[in-house]
Amino acid sequence: MAYRATVRGEGFHFADLRTLLACANEAKAGDELAGLAARSERERVAAKLALADLRLADLVARPLLDPDQDEVSRLIVDSLDQDAFGHLASLTVGELRDWLLRGAASRSLPSWLPRALTPEVAAAVAKLCSNRDLVAIAAAQRVVTRCRNTLGEPGVLAIRVQPNHPTDDLPSILLAAAEGLLYGCGDAVVGVNPAGDSVAGVAALLRALDGLVTTLGVPTQTCVLAHLTTQLAALETGAPVDLLFQSVAGTQAANAAFGINLALLHEGREAVLASHATRPVEWVGSQVMYFETGQGSALSAEAHGGIDQLTCEARAYAVARALDPLLVNTVVGFIGPEYLYDERQITRAGLEDHFLGKLLGLPMGCDVCYTNHAVADQNSADNLQLLLAAAGCNYFMGVPAGDDVMLSYQTTSYHDALAVRRLFNLRPAPEFAQWYQQTVPHGPPEAAATALLPLLPRLEAAAEAAR
Amino acid sequence: MSDPATPAARLQALLARTPARCLVGGAGDGYRTATQLALRCDHAAAVDAVWGELELQQHLGAALIQRYGLFEVCSAAPDKATYLRRPDLGRRFGPVAEAVLRERCPAGADFQVVLGDGLSVAALAGQGPRLLPLLADLATDQGWRFGQPFVVRHARVGLLNEVGRLLQPAVVVLLIGERPGLSTADSLSAYLAWQPRPGDTDAQRNLVSNIHDRGTPPPLAARRIVALAAQLRAAQASGVSVKEDPRLAG
Repeated sequence: MAYRATVRGEGFHFADLRTLLACANEAKAGDELAGLAARSERERVAAKLALADLRLADLVARPLLDPDQDEVSRLIVDSLDQDAFGHLASLTVGELRDWLLRGAASRSLPSWLPRALTPEVAAAVAKLCSNRDLVAIAAAQRVVTRCRNTLGEPGVLAIRVQPNHPTDDLPSILLAAAEGLLYGCGDAVVGVNPAGDSVAGVAALLRALDGLVTTLGVPTQTCVLAHLTTQLAALETGAPVDLLFQSVAGTQAANAAFGINLALLHEGREAVLASHATRPVEWVGSQVMYFETGQGSALSAEAHGGIDQLTCEARAYAVARALDPLLVNTVVGFIGPEYLYDERQITRAGLEDHFLGKLLGLPMGCDVCYTNHAVADQNSADNLQLLLAAAGCNYFMGVPAGDDVMLSYQTTSYHDALAVRRLFNLRPAPEFAQWYQQTVPHGPPEAAATALLPLLPRLEAAAEAAR
Repeated sequence: MSDPATPAARLQALLARTPARCLVGGAGDGYRTATQLALRCDHAAAVDAVWGELELQQHLGAALIQRYGLFEVCSAAPDKATYLRRPDLGRRFGPVAEAVLRERCPAGADFQVVLGDGLSVAALAGQGPRLLPLLADLATDQGWRFGQPFVVRHARVGLLNEVGRLLQPAVVVLLIGERPGLSTADSLSAYLAWQPRPGDTDAQRNLVSNIHDRGTPPPLAARRIVALAAQLRAAQASGVSVKEDPRLAG
């Protein structure tokens, strides 16, 4: 079916829904690279006009990929709550935007909202929203999750401590992690991206991180962000897996490029849940999955199926929410300038991703970051972090001085966490906050080394025991 | 760790073994000025490495250029901004380049070295002039015909396929600047391929990465590259089916 709109007397024509959705995006290098982007600003606004008039029922009736060929499309079709959707089906995309803004302003967005939305509907409405709309609507949509603590309640901002090291040196990793804890970071997760993908190495990291939070009595979860199959192999050797991590994308083909499918994700979740029942840990919930995503990943795997990168990202969230995760974050500046060219595109994508995740019911965090070949810097990362704090983002990353020495990119720091929590009057997850109050009653000292020194023997012991 | 040293000394030893910026302290919720400016300094070096344009004489030196008859061609990406947005253009040669290469580079070499700026001019400038003579000498020692080396501006790894199509060498080695991080802005990679052709992917390539003084120093990198090239010649193949044997590099 074709779509049409007229801008100042000039007619525009969009051959199908994928084309319409792509042309309605704000400018993104990846959509241009894929040959999907609007060719002029007038064409972009024409697409937005046509999209605004599209009825949600018509949007939902046309899957972007054949559900018989693509299991993500099948999942999207099968998981739509028709009763909830019935409340919205007669609205147009433009009317949905107005309805969301009214609901956000009066704090009356209904609890059934995520179940009534497909990723394509959420993506479509995002394309009509200004940056401030994306912040305002997302801020009204809290998502609370639980594993070893409680994340996402109003007034809470959590931080993932990300103590990566180029050779996975355990004492170095525990040092960086302990410093993060002294800054009140690590309530989202203490999570390492390993440099190596060996089962033995991942198991040692898992034991070391678990040893750290056990010896210090921290009510938080740990994770080693290796491939899902490597984590499960480590679990089989007896390593403690609090959270099972995986990168996910919005098409079956892109997930295949990541070496995963829906069945594998479900099997992994069951294995981790079963292991939790056997461990002497005070679990406060059973949300055990951690997902990372990012616009452009499907195109990068040449598996986008002609779908624009914002819509692909929304479809990745359909995958994530089928697994009831504790944590989901977009890694918004990591992918490089071929997909998000500069700070303007990174900022927009970060706000879109957080909005989409929250609308679809996910506990959405963000790795606010940039690589050195993107037209962005720490100032633009500061800006996006403040915008996302205003939007009620569940968590950010914390890395020593923001410099990830394993992945060679810059993200947010322990210092950034302090500043944002103070500026927005936010606190850590409640169980973690109580531990912190008792353990570091005066907050992080300016001379961090002084506070770390008494912990050193316990770090050394945890590293030694993990080998 | 049964180090008998004092905790303070052990903490210092621990800090020395990680490049992470741990325990930098702070001013209020922010960094101290020294930390803030150190971060800016390292980011400046990384960005300049990406955006700097290659100046053949300045970055590679007149002696090297003369000794190896080096000359420069450009990929199909005419400028840095286009190069960063359009990886596909960086994988092809520009309109003039093909004719120049056909004229100046004898086809069918045993070992064809190509120098590309990639994402770090600093990497090519830092490691290229040290690596090229070592590679030339080691390849000649093997009795291989050493192809006429050349330099490509705005190069991506996929150019290997075009070099293979145009010049039909046995082994192609592309030396190319890696994406710079804050701690290292001058790290070079060497991608190797056996008789590359259009359509080949990373699965048909071998890699020696992290070539710089604090990673794999150029003399060791040269030995590894030549040993790996010998493995490719023996296997008549490259990529995932050929695992580098570290003992061969000596």
